[in-house]
Amino acid sequence: MGRYLLRRLGFAVLLVVVASSASLLLTQLAPGDITSEQALALDPAARARLRAELGLDRPLAAQYLSWLGGVARLDFGRSLLYSRPVNSLLGERALNTAVLAVAALIVATAIGLPFGVYSGSRSRGLGRSVVRGLSIVALSVPPLIGSLALVFLAARTGWLPVGGMTSAAGMDASWARWLGDLARHMPIPVLALALPLAATLERLQSQAIEKAVREPFVAASRARGLGHAQAIIRHAWPVSLRSVLGLYGVMIGSLFSGSFVVEVVTSWPGLGRLMYDALKARDLYLVAGCAASGAFFLAAGTWIADALLALADPRVRSQEAP
Amino acid sequence: MTRRAATFVLLLAALSLAAPLLAPYDAGLGFRDFLHAPPMRPHLQGFGAPVVHPIVLADRLEQRFESDPTRTLPLPWFGGSTDQPVFLLGADNFGRDVLSRLLYGARTSVGLALLATVGAVLIGALAGAWAGLRGGWVDDVVMRVADFVLILPVIYVVLVLRSVLPLVLPASTVFLLVTWIFVAVGWPFVAKGVRAIVAAERDREYVQAARSLGAGPGRILIHHLIPACSGHLVVQATLLLPGFILGEATLSFVGLGFPDPVASWGTMLAEAGNYNAVARFPWTLTPAVAIFAIVLATNLIASTHQDRS
Repeated sequence: MGRYLLRRLGFAVLLVVVASSASLLLTQLAPGDITSEQALALDPAARARLRAELGLDRPLAAQYLSWLGGVARLDFGRSLLYSRPVNSLLGERALNTAVLAVAALIVATAIGLPFGVYSGSRSRGLGRSVVRGLSIVALSVPPLIGSLALVFLAARTGWLPVGGMTSAAGMDASWARWLGDLARHMPIPVLALALPLAATLERLQSQAIEKAVREPFVAASRARGLGHAQAIIRHAWPVSLRSVLGLYGVMIGSLFSGSFVVEVVTSWPGLGRLMYDALKARDLYLVAGCAASGAFFLAAGTWIADALLALADPRVRSQEAP
Repeated sequence: MTRRAATFVLLLAALSLAAPLLAPYDAGLGFRDFLHAPPMRPHLQGFGAPVVHPIVLADRLEQRFESDPTRTLPLPWFGGSTDQPVFLLGADNFGRDVLSRLLYGARTSVGLALLATVGAVLIGALAGAWAGLRGGWVDDVVMRVADFVLILPVIYVVLVLRSVLPLVLPASTVFLLVTWIFVAVGWPFVAKGVRAIVAAERDREYVQAARSLGAGPGRILIHHLIPACSGHLVVQATLLLPGFILGEATLSFVGLGFPDPVASWGTMLAEAGNYNAVARFPWTLTPAVAIFAIVLATNLIASTHQDRS
């Protein structure tokens, strides 16, 4: 098992390096640079001076190598757009995205798994049909549509603040006030992101339970006198959990894609928004930094999911043994 | 499932082609006096064709309209003039008819998604079949690349690829470029399944029979192995299509897709991104409803398939 996780770790490092290098090189190859996108009024001589100052006039290989040298020391250079070190920018924004993503994952799990167990353990009935219907509808509300609809609802009713992570008034208030303010800004982006995920989880959990209930040991536990609910929760559910855990690794990618859209619609100051701004401004170091931290989260997420899966299912471990 | 999915896709294709026939007005036609005009409700009068009451601008500052119940207008398909336009789904910020733009937008959004789906299925099927048939290092390389693309968050890959080219491009270039980007991120979904099926089928009797009759690898692929994958191909196509429609909407929504005058569901939604506008003019969300309907239809088709298997 140690070797298995080590190999996955090597893959993670490779993913971070490849993703950030590729996006750096692609941004550099794109027509125009920060001086043409941000400082439109410059005359050619001043633009050339600025390019030399920022080091953008060096050959591609030289720029790439000096950036790679920095990365080896975990220094991602300076953002040309914000004139700040990329590292400090990434720190703030990545935290915001992580808050959003983790909250959405928790909400999706809290909704999806119980409903999945419920609908999967019943072969007919009104409750099951209702859960299934709702889950198909939720599955059909992708984050773009969901966040637009929720923002519309909030703007129309005034129940919740629209846009941003905190309001201006909450900035210099006490900790408790700030936290309360954050909590009022979270439901819209979190729900928009969590709904389709919850539906995906519900459907998979439901199928897994349906399969697990037919296992002989569940019938055996019923024969020993356990109640229906007890047999499901204590015997069928742990077995079904294995295939559900496998889904989490796959879901991380769609969680990231979804969070980009949600961040743009609800002006959540996260990594996706930052990368989008950096791409538009041709801020190549910031683009590469965002790609690196995105890849890091992706790799970390899949790694954790794999580790959990290996813990829960001995078959995964033995497969990878030499 | 296969037949139902194929019918659905054909219906969508027909819808996206029929815009010039069905749309009451041209997609770019703006009525200056009807910015953000609200939807007009059709009324039935006796046994004749439905009619609507015309609206008049009551307050230019608030952009408030009032309907005039004493007069009636025929629906645009049953005559009517451009002096008194009829907006069944309201008008946008340039006074353009939302229904017309929705129909013309389907031509862009659904058309692009259909083309990208065909491309992704073709390339995915060929790559997967090649990997499955050849095995060895070809198999390794193709599947490693496919796995790598699959774990990446799709929208970021699309964003980075899109921003390699100039941000402002003519609509036809955007159409081709976005189609190719979608093909590039979509093919692995098809290739993985095709490879698995081909690898399982290539030693079956009917393939051996074809081979012993002298059929080359190309003929075996096209006449024997690809048909064996047809069910998988249809399922994947049905799943890719709404994803691509959503992809276009996202790209245009954030301003990296089509430029505004082009009617596409994404450019239409861009206006709904402003929460002040969307709260006052809910009909700007119409394309979101259309996308939701398409995704829902796909999920319903896919779920009946799951229940039966």
